[in-house]
Amino acid sequence: MTDVWIVVVAVGLATVLFKAAGPVLVGRRPLPRRWQSVVDLLAPVMLTALVVTQTFGGDGGVTVDARLPGVAAAAIAIWRKAPIIVAMVIAGLVTALVRVVV
Amino acid sequence: MPAESRSTPRILDGVRVAIPLAPSPILFGISFGVLAEAAGMSAAAAVVMSASTFSGAAQFASVSVLDAGGTLAAAIAAAVFLSARYIAISVTVASIFPGGRLRRLLGAQLIVDESWALAGRSGRFEWPILAGAGLLFYVLWVASTALGTVLGGVIDDPNALGLDAAFAALFLALAVPYFREARARQAAALAAVITLVLTPVSPAGVPIVAAATACLLGLRR
Repeated sequence: MTDVWIVVVAVGLATVLFKAAGPVLVGRRPLPRRWQSVVDLLAPVMLTALVVTQTFGGDGGVTVDARLPGVAAAAIAIWRKAPIIVAMVIAGLVTALVRVVV
Repeated sequence: MPAESRSTPRILDGVRVAIPLAPSPILFGISFGVLAEAAGMSAAAAVVMSASTFSGAAQFASVSVLDAGGTLAAAIAAAVFLSARYIAISVTVASIFPGGRLRRLLGAQLIVDESWALAGRSGRFEWPILAGAGLLFYVLWVASTALGTVLGGVIDDPNALGLDAAFAALFLALAVPYFREARARQAAALAAVITLVLTPVSPAGVPIVAAATACLLGLRR
């Protein structure tokens, strides 16, 4: 089994179990409140870390390149309540343009 | 939906209310297929992942780590930490699932952010809406992933098109709704700092996993 398939199977299994956690295991009992707030923070935390690595990640450390103006333009679009797909297209276009010009 | 919304909805009603949201799984499914292809995933692996994981954010996360040359463990951990929110989400709808354990386990797979949100739109969660919406999204998600892998094979270098920045924008757009809460903003800021500090000194993928510790801010009173 190649690395990619290990990722596919492991992530698939974990997600299947997480989604089933409520309906199969927990039933009607709520999560303890403090753990609920930890779980609630996981999504914004992980998504932010992904924004940072996807924008600044590169070989040998923090890299500032054509991605940054693209993501900045998308951030303005998101702030102006643009749909996600529009923000993605803006980020892609601006980055591609900067790559052509610079 | 006036008078009849009082009566118990059927699965077909769930499909119907989900149709306006259909472009989102289609476009993201295609994008996932394209990115998976660019990250060196086979078409089969991408489609199987969409069919088994059925969670855009988790799938994009692991593919993004793989694309950056991250390790196996980091690619898995990034997606698993993102999927962990389904524990909380599934607990909120735990009581609506019909049938025995196996049927509940299968039905629970139809939980995604959008089907969950639609299912609760009347003020209490309704299983037929979750099931109908989830089924429609599932079919569209898997089919458009397959389509995306075909397109991905045609596009030479997706990063020249700025696809890397487009995915940063995707993650940002998914994160922003959480920032209404002060605690989420603080935790996100801490996560950003951890990621930036570790990026120059650790292998790809590791900073993302380390950033997950920022969620322990939730233990504060």
